[in-house]
Amino acid sequence: MSIDLKTVKHISKLARISIDDEKANKLKGDLNNIFEFIEKLNELNTDNVQALTSIAETTLRFRKDEIKSENIREKILKNSPEENKDFFVVPKVVE
Amino acid sequence: MSDITSQSLFELTLNIKEKKLSSEEITKAFIDRAEKSRKLNVYVTDNFEKAVDQSKKFDSNPNLDSKLPGIPIAVKDLFCTIGVRTTAGSKILNNFVPTYESTVTQNLWNHGAILLGKLNCDEFAMGSSNETSFFGNVQNPVGEKLVPGGSSGGSSAAVAANLTPVTIGTDTGGSIRQPASFTGTVGLKPTYGSCSRYGIVAFASSLDQAGPMTKNVRDCSMLLEVISSFDQKDSTSIDYKRNNYSKELSKDIKGKKIGIPKEYRVDNMPDEIEQLWKNGITYAKDCGAEIVDISLPHTNYALPTYYIVAPAEASSNLARYDGVKYGFRSPGQNLIEMYEKTRSEGFGDEVKRRIMIGTYVLSSGYYDAYYLKAQKVRQLIKKDFDDAFSKVDAILTPSTPSSAFKIGEKTNDPVSMYLNDIFTVPINLAGLPGISIPAGKDKNNYPLGLQVIGKPFDEQIILNISYALEDKINFKNDISDWWLSE
Repeated sequence: MSIDLKTVKHISKLARISIDDEKANKLKGDLNNIFEFIEKLNELNTDNVQALTSIAETTLRFRKDEIKSENIREKILKNSPEENKDFFVVPKVVE
Repeated sequence: MSDITSQSLFELTLNIKEKKLSSEEITKAFIDRAEKSRKLNVYVTDNFEKAVDQSKKFDSNPNLDSKLPGIPIAVKDLFCTIGVRTTAGSKILNNFVPTYESTVTQNLWNHGAILLGKLNCDEFAMGSSNETSFFGNVQNPVGEKLVPGGSSGGSSAAVAANLTPVTIGTDTGGSIRQPASFTGTVGLKPTYGSCSRYGIVAFASSLDQAGPMTKNVRDCSMLLEVISSFDQKDSTSIDYKRNNYSKELSKDIKGKKIGIPKEYRVDNMPDEIEQLWKNGITYAKDCGAEIVDISLPHTNYALPTYYIVAPAEASSNLARYDGVKYGFRSPGQNLIEMYEKTRSEGFGDEVKRRIMIGTYVLSSGYYDAYYLKAQKVRQLIKKDFDDAFSKVDAILTPSTPSSAFKIGEKTNDPVSMYLNDIFTVPINLAGLPGISIPAGKDKNNYPLGLQVIGKPFDEQIILNISYALEDKINFKNDISDWWLSE
């Protein structure tokens, strides 16, 4: 299997990373090398193997449903890229 | 008394407790040396001014019962620190100043330590040479133009160069143990679930663990004791009784069974590494341990598995960097364009490469063939270790297939870079604890490490075996301070 330029562009769209043609070509080469290396897994028959989804064999804990009132709005907005004391600002999304 | 900065954590702590040194003297000594060591590029952000203030505050009312009394410590720039910029080595977090503290760093401060600054690392911890950092590469104090390993490269270099007494790094596929091996220092990756991941910039959540990086095994046990804790804020943190690792540290490993996995004898492994391993086996026998040949048949599948699982988790974790709520933003005509430009300009090449791999293996039509397949193979790798640990108490292997390489030597070949982690990656996939200790040198006089792997939550035995081996190996780093400027 090999990854073509069209696929690279498609993945970059899904990943929301814009890339120019030169970069896309370079990435195509890198990705094909990496996937060639990854294909080794196909040597193994895993039909009867259970997928490992969590390495820590614990069940998720429940916590008490308590109201904790902490006014952290300022903290949350502190690193916002555009200044506005109440909201995160983004380009207009509704025409 | 020897020079302050060359002392171990154990010595510094003792000197503070016996009032032979003040926190201020120690803090200023490390700052002074750091000022003369800019060439190594270990710091992304320093905290020197505040550190001196805090050391004075400590001295005015010292709590000498704490485990890290007034000890200045620099940490990898992947740990969120309140009010101190945290970049993860990335342009996209260049201006990020956390309003919360990671649990493991909070543990350090609760035990009396003082933040010296934030240490360079590969961007989002993705790399094995510290060359993917937005803030430039780090030089290995062991030799000029040599990589310090990665991703905790600033951390390993800082410990080896006496710029911090100890440090903490993170390890997703070898990022503590490989740089420790490259710099002649000690690095331990704890069992998954031992150290809280809260407040650590996430790379691959099912693999990431924080751990100590130190000059010797005793310091490592002291630091692990402080950072390992149960934390409600991390849903994968495990509630179990942690040892007093430093108190229970012992060189008595008589009768312990140590496994030697034949699959770690890889093709083209330099003779020096083979010899290093043999020496380690001899030393373990000298200490009364029993050597057992074991097999970990799926070892060769660990790296390909890792390069599906880790990028998949990374692509998901790094989706949050979109320029909306924090970090770097590149303006666009509309929201989508803003996302795409922000991520294109904000991430470096290796991070983009891994996001692309991860996005691809999770995308419609490929999930079963790649991601699900990798999770199944991960199960087989874990089972290999489960089987092995029914026969042995620990496993001994080399830490890396080579010593430190030159800056720029592997940057154009991602796969050859990935091969660096061949001995460390399986341990992350299986969630086990592993430690790298300096064990010898190659023909260029560059350090080489041995790795001891333990059962889940049995950090004590790998510390004890390392402590016993360290004594027999008697490694000396003899670094020449070539980088110092006035």
